[in-house]
Amino acid sequence: MKILVHKQELCTGCRACEVACSTAYFKTPDRNKSAIRIINNDNSFHARKCTQCGECIDMCTAHAIYRDKNGVVRIDKKLCVGCLGCVGYCSELVMFYDDDLTEPFKCIACNICVKACPENALEVLVSKAG
Amino acid sequence: MRQILKEYTYTPATIQRGYSGKSLYLNVSDLRMEEKVVTEFMKEKFIGGKGFDLWYLWQAVTPETRWDSPENEIVMSVGPLGGITQYSGTGKTLVCAISPMTGIPIDSNAGGYFGPLLKFSGWDALELQGKTEKELVIFIDGNKGLIQFCDAEGLPEDSHLLAEELTRNYAESEEDQVNVSVVSSGSAARNILYGMLNFSFYDPRRKVVRFKQAARGGLGTIMLDKGIKALVVRYKGIKGNTNNPADVATLNRIGVKYHKEMHDLDEKQNGMRKIGTANTILVMNQYDLLPTRNFQTGGDPAAVNISPKVFIEQYLTQGIHDGCWYGCTMSCAKTADHFRLLTGPYAGACVTVDGPEYECVAGLGSNLGIFDPRAILEENFYCDTYGVDLISFATTVAFIMECYQRGQISREQMGGLDLAFGNSDAVLELLHQMARGEGFGPIAGLGIRRLKKLFAEQFGSDPALLQDIGMENKGLEYSEYCHKESLAQQGGFALTNKGPQHDEAWLIFMDMVNNQIPTFEDKAYALYYYPMFRTWFGLCGLCKLPWNDIVPADNYKTETPAKVPEHVQNYVDIFNAVTGKSIDKEELILQSERVYQFQRVFNIRMGKGLREHDYAPYRSLGPVSSEEYLSRQELYDRQLREKQGLDPAAMSLDEKIATTRAYREQQFELLMDAVYKRRGWTENGVPKPEHLREIGMDLPMLLEVIEPHL
Repeated sequence: MKILVHKQELCTGCRACEVACSTAYFKTPDRNKSAIRIINNDNSFHARKCTQCGECIDMCTAHAIYRDKNGVVRIDKKLCVGCLGCVGYCSELVMFYDDDLTEPFKCIACNICVKACPENALEVLVSKAG
Repeated sequence: MRQILKEYTYTPATIQRGYSGKSLYLNVSDLRMEEKVVTEFMKEKFIGGKGFDLWYLWQAVTPETRWDSPENEIVMSVGPLGGITQYSGTGKTLVCAISPMTGIPIDSNAGGYFGPLLKFSGWDALELQGKTEKELVIFIDGNKGLIQFCDAEGLPEDSHLLAEELTRNYAESEEDQVNVSVVSSGSAARNILYGMLNFSFYDPRRKVVRFKQAARGGLGTIMLDKGIKALVVRYKGIKGNTNNPADVATLNRIGVKYHKEMHDLDEKQNGMRKIGTANTILVMNQYDLLPTRNFQTGGDPAAVNISPKVFIEQYLTQGIHDGCWYGCTMSCAKTADHFRLLTGPYAGACVTVDGPEYECVAGLGSNLGIFDPRAILEENFYCDTYGVDLISFATTVAFIMECYQRGQISREQMGGLDLAFGNSDAVLELLHQMARGEGFGPIAGLGIRRLKKLFAEQFGSDPALLQDIGMENKGLEYSEYCHKESLAQQGGFALTNKGPQHDEAWLIFMDMVNNQIPTFEDKAYALYYYPMFRTWFGLCGLCKLPWNDIVPADNYKTETPAKVPEHVQNYVDIFNAVTGKSIDKEELILQSERVYQFQRVFNIRMGKGLREHDYAPYRSLGPVSSEEYLSRQELYDRQLREKQGLDPAAMSLDEKIATTRAYREQQFELLMDAVYKRRGWTENGVPKPEHLREIGMDLPMLLEVIEPHL
C-alpha cells in the first residue's frame, strides 16, 4: 500500500505542497483545491491528507470509490455523482470538495508534493501489504 | 428489443433551478404523446411533486370518474429538489390517481431512481391516461430524446423478474444498468384492488434490481387496468449540479454538514444504517404501540423474536451503502440477501428481499400474530414481487383473522384457508391465491370497506362489530400503529386527506414516547403544523426520514425539539439554493397548505372530504372488546376515575367499556372541532373561502366546489 507520510518535525509550513498539488490537478495554486492541507497549531504544522483507510469505499452511494492495485483509494470520476457523502463520512476529514468542482478529491500518494517540499518533510511509503 | 408500436422523438429540456419546465402527457388509448408547459402559476401554487400531480389530475377527471375510468390518470412528479445528490432522501417520486380503495385522490411516494431520471430526461411530471387492451411497455430515453410505446408480450408477470429483464434489455451495457429505472407491478395486482407500484434501482454491488414502493391506494391495480405493464426510463449523466441549482455552494455545505451528522450520530440515535425503520419494533412494543392481532393490543412478549437484533444478526447485510437514491447517507433501505424461498412459484430460489421496514414487521408480523422473522421476510418478498400493498394486505388479513377468531366468518367461507392469528402458511397461501386469482385471494383483495359489506350481506356477520374492528377510514386501511391511547394519532390517521397513512401526521412517537404534545391544544396544533410540514416533502421530491430520524446533537436544547428546527432550516436553505427563491420556514408551511387545502377540496369534489368521512372505527379510539379492556384494565379504570370522576369498582365491565367509549368518542369529536378550526375549515370540514383567500388559494375552481357546502 502506498501512503503519504508527513514528518511534522521537518515541516516549516511553507505550503509548497498545497500549491504543487492544486496546480498539478486543477491548474491553479489554490489551497482549497489541494488534497493535502497544512494546519498551523501554534507553529507546529500538521498535515491533513488521506490515510488510505478505505472507510469511504463501502459507503459510497454510487459505488465510485475503489482501492487500486497499489492499495491507493481512488475516485472514479465517471461514476461519482458528487453527493459528497464521503466528505461527511471521512473520519479523518481528508476527503475534500470545492464548489467549482463536480466531484470530491483526495490524496492518491502521487509523489508530486513530495518532490515540491523544500524540507523533505513528505514521503510516500510503500508497505509490503501493498 | 421489444416490438415498437409507436415512437416519438423530443428535445430534452435543460433543467433550470430544479425544473425542466415541461411535462409529458401520454395517452395509451391512441398511443399519443404531448408536451405541456409547466407554468409559473403551477410552480407558484403547487411547487411540484404531489402538487403537480393533483393539479393535472383535477383537469383530467370529473366527479363521476371512477378508478377504472379511462380518463383517470396516474400522474408522477419528483419536484424541484428531486434528484439533487448532496442531501439525504432526495429521490422520491410522488404518484397520484383516483384510488380504487377510496374513490378520491391517493398520493403515494416511492424511492428508487425513476422520478429523478424522468426529470433529468426533461419532464417535471408524467401523466398517463387512457386504456388499452394490448399491454404496453413505455420507454423514455432521456439522453436520446426518445419515447416508445412497445409491445409487452412475453414478459414475466412479477416485478423481481420483470424489472430485471427490462433493466437488462434497455441498458446499453452491464454498467449502464444503474441508469435505468422501471416502474412495474405484479401478478396479484390484476386480481386485487390494492395492487402497488414497484420503483426500481439497480444495485451495482449486489448486481440485482431492487425496489421501493408507491404502495398505497391501488396504483398498481390502476396501471395494469390501463394496460401498462411497465414504464422504463433511462438517463445517464447524474451529477450534483444536474438540477442546475441557483447556489451549489449552499447545497454542498448543507449536504456535507448533514452527512457528517449521520456519520457521527446514527449509531447513537436510531441506527438507521443498520436496520432502517424497523429499529422501532421493541420501543413500540414497550410503549403498547405495536399493533398485535388486528390492533387488539399494543404488544406481545414474543415481539423479541422479531426484534431489530434478530434481523441485523441473522438476515440483513451490514456495512454497505443501502440508499434508494444517490447521496442518501441515511441508507435505510436494507436487504436480506441470498434468502431462500420455501413457498409459491419461486420456492427454492435464492432472492434479495428488500426490507423489512417497520410497517412490514408490524403488519405482516405482530398484527397477524406472526413472530417468525423468516416467515415475515417471505411474506415481504411475495407482497413486493406480486405487486401487493403490504399495509392494506396486512391490515385486511388482520381484520379477516379477527372475524374468524370471533366466529363472524368460517373456514369454509374462506375457501378452506385456516386464517387464524399466527398461521403464516395460510397467509402465504392467501398471497399465492391473489397472484393466481383463485380461491379467497381476490375476495381478501377487495379491502376492508368492501369486505365489511360482503361479510354482513353474504355471511350474516354482525355489521356493528365489523364496523368497530375494521381498521379503515375513507376506504383505506390503517398503517401499523396501535394508537388507541394517542388522541393525536387518532386524528393523525382519520383527519387525513387520502386516508389513514402515517406519512401525513406521524405523531405517535412525540405523543406517547417523548410526551412532547401533552395538552389538547398542543395536539390540535400538531394536527395543523405537522400535516402541513410533512406535505412539503411530497411537493419537493423528498423523503421525510432524514428530517427527524436523526437529529442534531443539541436538538434537545431548542425550543421546539419535535420540529427539529435546524433541519427545517436545512430544507429552507436547500429549497432556496436549488430554486433561487427566498422562502422562510413560514412560507414553507404556506406552500404546503395551498396544496393541502386543494386536496381537501378535491376530495369534496369527488364526494368525500366532509366531517362524516373523517370518523374513525372505534378500534382506533379505544377498547372494543372485554379482552382489550381487561388487557389494560388498570389504565382504563384510572382514566374513569381521573378523567370522568367515576368509581370503576362500582361499575360492571360492560358499563366501563360503554362509558369509556362514550368519553373517547366525545374527545374525538372535540379534537375534530379544534383541528377543523385550526385548519380554517367549517364544522363540516369544508375549507372556508376566507381562509383560502388568506393563503392565496381562492381559485374559482375551488370556490365553486365548496360553495354548496357552506
